[in-house]
This record gives sequence, structure tokens and C-alpha cells, in this order.
Amino acid sequence: MNAVAETAQNLPQGVDYIRFLPETVLSISGLIVMVLDPLVDEEHSQKTLGVIALIGTLAALAATIFMSHYPGLAFWNMIRVDSFSVFFHFLVITIAALVILTSYEYMTVQRIRAGEYYGLILFGVVGMALMSSAVELVLIFIALEISSISTYILAGFRRREASSSESSLKYFLLGSFATAFFLYGIALMFGATGSTNIILISQALHSGAPILAYVAMALMFVGLGFKVASAPFHIWTPDVYEGAPAPIVGLMSTGPKAAVFAVLLRIFFQANAPGRFWLIWVSAALSMTIGNIAALVQTNIKRLLAYSSIAHAGYLLVAFAVPQDALANIGISAAMFYTAAYAAMNVGAFAVVSHFAAAGERYVALEDYAGLGRRSPLLAATFTIFLLSLIGIPITGGFFAKFYVFSAALRANLVGLTIIGVINSAIGAYYYLRVIVVMYMREPREEVPVAPVPASLGMALAITVIATIYLGVLPGRVVDYSLRSASQLLSPEAAANSTSVPSRMNPSAGVP
Amino acid sequence: MTLDSAILTLVTFIPLAGGLLLLLVPRRDRDIRLFSLVITLLAFVLSLHLPVHFHRAQPGFQYEIDKQWISSPNIHYHMGVDGFSVWLVVLTTFLTPLCVLISWKSIHERVKEFFIILLILETALIGVFTALDLFLFYFFWEATLIPMALLIGIYGHGRRVYAAVKFFLYTMIASVFMLASILWLYVKVGSFDFVTIQNAIRNGQVGNFLGAAPWLFLGFFVAFAVKVPLFPVHTWLPDAHVEAPTAGSVLLAGVLLKMGTYGMLRFNLGLFPEQSRHNAPWIMVLALIGIIYGALVAMVQPNMKKLVAYSSISHLGFVVLGIFSFTTAGLNGAEFVMLAHGVSTGALFMLAGIIYERRHTYEIRELGGLATTMPIYAAFFLFMVLSSVGLPLLNGFIGEFLVLSGTFQARAVYGILGATGVIWSACYLLWMYQRVFFGKVTHDVNNTLPDLSGHERAALWPTAVVALVMGVAPLIWLNLIDPAAQGALAPFAQVLSKVVDR
Repeated sequence: MNAVAETAQNLPQGVDYIRFLPETVLSISGLIVMVLDPLVDEEHSQKTLGVIALIGTLAALAATIFMSHYPGLAFWNMIRVDSFSVFFHFLVITIAALVILTSYEYMTVQRIRAGEYYGLILFGVVGMALMSSAVELVLIFIALEISSISTYILAGFRRREASSSESSLKYFLLGSFATAFFLYGIALMFGATGSTNIILISQALHSGAPILAYVAMALMFVGLGFKVASAPFHIWTPDVYEGAPAPIVGLMSTGPKAAVFAVLLRIFFQANAPGRFWLIWVSAALSMTIGNIAALVQTNIKRLLAYSSIAHAGYLLVAFAVPQDALANIGISAAMFYTAAYAAMNVGAFAVVSHFAAAGERYVALEDYAGLGRRSPLLAATFTIFLLSLIGIPITGGFFAKFYVFSAALRANLVGLTIIGVINSAIGAYYYLRVIVVMYMREPREEVPVAPVPASLGMALAITVIATIYLGVLPGRVVDYSLRSASQLLSPEAAANSTSVPSRMNPSAGVP
Repeated sequence: MTLDSAILTLVTFIPLAGGLLLLLVPRRDRDIRLFSLVITLLAFVLSLHLPVHFHRAQPGFQYEIDKQWISSPNIHYHMGVDGFSVWLVVLTTFLTPLCVLISWKSIHERVKEFFIILLILETALIGVFTALDLFLFYFFWEATLIPMALLIGIYGHGRRVYAAVKFFLYTMIASVFMLASILWLYVKVGSFDFVTIQNAIRNGQVGNFLGAAPWLFLGFFVAFAVKVPLFPVHTWLPDAHVEAPTAGSVLLAGVLLKMGTYGMLRFNLGLFPEQSRHNAPWIMVLALIGIIYGALVAMVQPNMKKLVAYSSISHLGFVVLGIFSFTTAGLNGAEFVMLAHGVSTGALFMLAGIIYERRHTYEIRELGGLATTMPIYAAFFLFMVLSSVGLPLLNGFIGEFLVLSGTFQARAVYGILGATGVIWSACYLLWMYQRVFFGKVTHDVNNTLPDLSGHERAALWPTAVVALVMGVAPLIWLNLIDPAAQGALAPFAQVLSKVVDR
């Protein structure tokens, strides 16, 4: 009797479900899409399922707002809702909504049957959202797998193209391999600290880290470094991005990345992980340099943006190298801002690429963009704004993000890394500029068709352009929010105590 | 908000607002041109408020506006002008309507985009001169790049893409070093505010400043030197000028180059007086090389526009020489040369553009004897050549005289070498004038060239009048410049006394 009462008390309560609401909403809409898929005839499936998926993401955004009023731990301390997770929930769900908007036209033009496509996007976002709020390594692993498996399949969605299958297979094989590293790291971390809960790990590591913890950190970083495409774990990126459907590349290069960066922030800063400095330093320096130099010689726009995304992962990692003291706050906030700014410009850039690629993605070479400035001024202007933001020119979010990251790094006295970053952004200017030059200063090629921009894509482009400029001109609010999140992340007790969650059983006690 | 605190915002952003409105205007070229002219004239008229109501006796910045823009990092929307920048703002707003006029007929493709880009460029240029927050300054500084590169790359001639990319990369890469220096200062001071940083440096509140200052100085200096452009980083300039459309050249020579010298004046001298003094010898040598080398290369140019471009390198050498002489006369002269060069070289580029429209070439040997076929054109050209050469009673003379007398005070040898530059400029400009306008008409086409049109005259008259007024009554300008120059030199008196004490 007593045991039953105790079990009943330990069951999740209402508020726990609220803290999991966005994921629930997304899963349900994903299931609806899957169930409806065989029922809707092929002609309408595109529109109907897409609209349902879009509504699902909007509902999930509303659920996130609702959730943000109930901060605290849920499900036996496995999930934590704080400003930090709310921020990333917003980010990944918005990315998904934009990608869905971009996909309408793309799927029709490519003649791909919609069906599970939208479902998989939604399931993938469940994983990404969960990654940002999970504070339990095993749950993080599961969330990572949910998100990864969806993207593995989505990468191969251009069924008729060999390159797409190659992309999918490569991503799957290498991705599974990398995940194994992550899992191994979790196991070793459990061995080192006796727990897989990030907050408990942080307490355990506070009194000093055994050598095992360092090894665990390194292994986890290998697994997560693969997912964010940071060097030296980046080799898969160009091939996978080249073969995958363009809107999905827009998703892959921003959504899972943002979520994995959230995980990295949690592990590095919240769990007080030891020995991260040189891991990050080397990886950031390599990513920036390799990404930018390799991008210089690319002639395929998708490969170019793939290398650019490696470089940007490097800039972002610079913010991770700040020490665990008063400055950690700014480092975390800079990293968060960068993920948001990068998401806005990169989703936008891939929206343009996916529109322009036309049937069978025939026009993805740099040369195909010749004279776009004359033939479709508005589209070219939009693309230019994203490219300028990727270079880091003022009035765009990319500029402020880079500026913020470098100023955080300099404050932490990371002069070497800042100089490498600054030199790299100068190199990077060249290849983005090449695209702009081709668009505006070359004669148009007549055989490349330019279709009018449909309303759904136009909306996605408008949102990303506005977001890019907003983040560049008025970054204040986002910066303040991210600073607040960072301080919550760094003082987990404050947030946990502020809620009325009754104390629960120690999760580590339940682990055999 | 009173007019005095709002005026800088208005002057800076009216062109941008006009550019955005232009997006909505239907593609009727005539309306677009008229609209742009009205907007730029409006900005000009408003900017006249600045010098007219400027309080000469009041030190520091005026018409200031300081609002928090971003709370973390601590960035302010802080604008203000002193005696140096106030005239550069007016120079910008003065030249832009003329650019609109001179592009009236010559731009007939993608007219709307052209004027939008031009207006955005104007805002960015004014912003550079009015920003007092280092972040804001960098923001505008980089924002000038894109519109200028687009003007060259889309509306330029032959090798325009090469020129545009070269221009972009040179200035972008150099300014990255400035960004690093700005960030370093922010990290140490906790503010981007120019005045705050300046005070912190003067009061010795910046940790580890002495060790870092040489590098910071160089970081700023490299960015500015490329923009000026100082020898040996000048190679982008001839390419950019030759390929740029006329309006692009006018703004490039008239205003963009002054961003570099203004930056040296404001930031290198303002923030790092000791380093400036320390580095002055080699900088002055580079400036002298620029003066003489620019003049010699200009002399052998077969291309009229390239000749004027190299003459800019030579003239801007005077400005740098004057700045790093650290004398009142030198600084006054440097600022005056900036303004005079803006007016007369701007006009020379317009004149070169006018002949290009008629003959589609800048080659001097394709011309000759134009004085008979285009008398009014020849008269304007002569006037501007004389003003650029430095004929007394015209604007070029005053500035160069002041710079040279300042340099004499500092280092007599440099003054003598610099003075040869005046002779050189007379040589290459007058020789060019002779070949283009005198003698017989050697090419039959040149017999039928029409003289100046109404728009062209409207664009040229103001420059001629201003060139004359600047030469006859330079005190109108110097009255405001002088207090700023004295202020800028105040810390040098201290440096000097320190040196003497040792």
C-alpha cells in the first residue's frame, strides 16, 4: 500500500506534461500527417499535409510560449524548462516552419510525394526540441537519435537521384559511428561521476575531475562535433549537403546544429566539464580555416554553403572557449545569438537555392546564378542580404553575431583564436562575394529558367530577411534574453528552487 | 527633441529614407531622377544648418545625440560633429546632388537601382563622419563598401567586376584589423564611446595600454591607409576609378578617400598621440612617396581618368603629410585640402565623365583641340585644373600652402620635398590640358561634339563657385576648423613637454 502511494506520487504530474507540451504537439501533428498520408490523394497531399505540418509547428510555438510560464524540472529531473530551452525551442520550431514553407514549391517541382516528408520534419524537430531541454545524458542521446534518424531519411528523399541516396547512406553510416562515440562518452562519464544527470555530474565534478571524465568529454565531443560539422569531423558535410534536397539542407545545417550546440552548452557549462579549452580551441581554429579555404574553390553552390557552414561552426565554437567564470555568461549568450543569426541567414539562403534549383536540382552551379540580379532583382537582392550576412557586413545579423562572439573571446583574452577568426572572416568574404559578383555582374544565361516566387516561399524569405536585419540592427532584445538564459544555465539551483516541483527520487538511484 | 539634437539623425538618414521610398516609386526614370535630386538637395539644405549654427568657441562635439542602442555589449547611438567632421558632412551632401545631376543622362539602365544605391551610399558616408561610437563608426564604415562596390561593379566600364572586387577586398580586409583594435579597446574600457575611450586613455585607466598601443595604432592605421590610399596600398584606386561610373568616381575621390584621412585625424591622433608622434617619420615618408610617385605616374598616363586618379593619390599625400606634421597650420591645411580636393577633383571626374559620354574613351590622344569645339567645357576644365594645381585665389592653393608651411615647421626637408609636388601637379595637369584642348582637332569626330548640356552645367557651376569662394574667403571654413585643430593638438603639447622634460 505504502509502495503504491509512493509510486503514485512519483508519477508525472500535470505540470510535467506542460513542460513537455511542444514536443507532444509536434509528435501528434507528425502522427496525423503520417496517418492522413495514405488517405489523401496524391494531387492534394502536397498542400494538405504541408498545411497540417505548418499548423503543427505554429501550435508548437504557441505551446512553447505556454510552457515558458512553467519553468522547472519535469519527468524525474530529466527535462528542464528554463529560458535557455525556451530559446532553442523557439529557434528549432521556427526553422522547421520556415523549411516547411520552403518545401511546398520544392516538392511540387521535384515531383516528390509529400507524405512522410513533413512527418519526418516534425519528428526531427521533436528530437531537436527535446535535446535543448534534456538535462539527462541518456535522454539527450535518445533525442539526438530521434533528430538524426529523421534527417538521415530526409537526406535521401530525392529517391531518383543517386547522389541523394549516397548522401543519405553516408550521413547514416558516419552519423551512427559518431553517435557511438557519444554513447561511449556517456558510459565513461557515468563511470567517472556515478550519474548521467547533468546537474549531478556538475556536483560530482565540482570537487575535481578524474582522468576518466576527461576521456568521456573528448568522446562526447567527437560525437557532437560530428553533428555540428566542426573540423576534424566535417568530412561528410559537403557530400551530404550536395545530395540532400535543398530545403532539407537548410534544416540540417541549422536545426540539429542549434540543438547540438545547446547540448554542448549544457554539457560544457552546466555540467562543469573539464578540459574543454584545447578541444574547442583546436576544433574552432581548424573548422574556420578548413571551411573557409575549401570554400574558396567550390563551384557548386550547395558545396560552397556546406564549407561555409563548417566555417561558421568554427566561429560559433570560439564562443565556447571562454573560461568557466564571470565571462561564461557572455560566451554562452554569444553562442546562442550566433545560432539564431546563422539560422536566419542560412535557412534563407537555402530557400533561395531550393527555389532556383528547379526540377532535378539541375541549377546548383555557381555559373547558373549569372545575371540573376537582372532577371529576378528581388530574389537576387534577398540572396545578397543572406550572403552579406554570412560575410558579416554591418546591418545584418551575421555581423553582430560575429562581432559579439569575437568581443566575448577577446574579453576572455583569447587573442590567438580571435585573430584566427578575424583573418578567416576576411578570407570568407571572397567566396561569398563571388556569388554576388556572378549574380550582378555577369551576363544572364538564357537557358536557366527563373520561376516566379510563390507565396509560401515569399513568406519564408520575407521572414528570414526581416529576422536577419532585425538581428543586425536591433539585437538588444535577443541579446538580453540570451544573457538571462545564460545566467539561468549557470546557476541551475536558482531555477530549480524557484519552482514548486516536489522533490523526486534521485534518478541515479534508479540506475542499476 | 530639439532640432539641434535631431539634425544629425535627419541629415544622415534622409537619404536612406529617400532610397527606401524609391523602392515604391514606379519605374519612370524621370521621376526617379527628380525624386533623388529633391532628396539629396533636402539633405544638403539641412546639413547647412550644421556650420551655420556651429558654436565656434565651444570645444568638443556639437549637435550631440547619445542614446542607448544595445545594452550588452554597451553600444550607443552616439553622434556629433566637431570642426573637422562638420565640413566633411557638408562636402558629402554637397557632392551627392551633383552626382545625381551628372548621372541624369549617363545612367539609362537600371536607373532605379542606381539611385537607390547612391542614396544608401550617402547615408553611410555621412554616418561615418558623424558617428562617435566606435561600433557605430565601424557599422557605417563597412556599410559604405557594398553600395560603392555595386556602383562600380554594375554601372562601371570594361573591367568593372575586377575593379569592384579588388576595391571590396582591399578595404574589407584592412578594416578587419581596425575591428580587432576596436574590440580590444571595448574589452578594456567597457564602452565603444569615443569620448569615454579617449578620456580613459588620457587618464591612464586602460590596463596594459602601453604594450598594446603600437598594435592598436597600426590596426587603425592600416584600415585608414588603404582607404586614403597611401603608398604602397594604393593599387586598388586607379582600377576602381577608371572602371567606376562618373558619380561613383566623384564620391570615391570626393568623400570615400577622406574617410581614411578623417579616420587618421580622429582616431590615430585622437586616441594614440604618443604612437602617432612615434610613427610620424615613416608615415610622412610614405606620404611624400605618395605625393611624388603619384605625380610622376600621373604624368605618363595616357588615360585622362587614370591621370586624375593618380593626382588624387598625390593630393591625399598632402593631407597625410599635414596631419602628421602635428602643427596647427598642418592640421588646418590637411582638412582644407580634403575639402578642396573633394570639390575640384570631384569636378575633374565629372568633366572626364562628360567627355566619356561623348567619345566613349578616356584616352588623351583620342582628343585634342577641344577648346574650339567645346568652349564652355574647356573653360570649366581650365578653371578646375587651375584650382587643382593650386593657383592662388582658388581653393587648392590655401590648403597646400598651409600644409607645406606646417611641414616646414616640423621638418624642413619634408616641406621642400612636398613642395615639389605642387610643381609636379602643375606639370601633369597643364600638360594634359594642353594635349586635350589646344592644337588642331586631330580626330574628325571631335569636331561634332556638343558642348555642355543644362544638367552638366548645373552640376559644374556649384563646384566652380565653391572653388572660388574657398580660395577667396577660406576663413569661412578655417574659422570652424581651427578650434578643432587646436583641440586635436592639445595632447601633443603634453607629449612634447614630456619629451623636453626628459
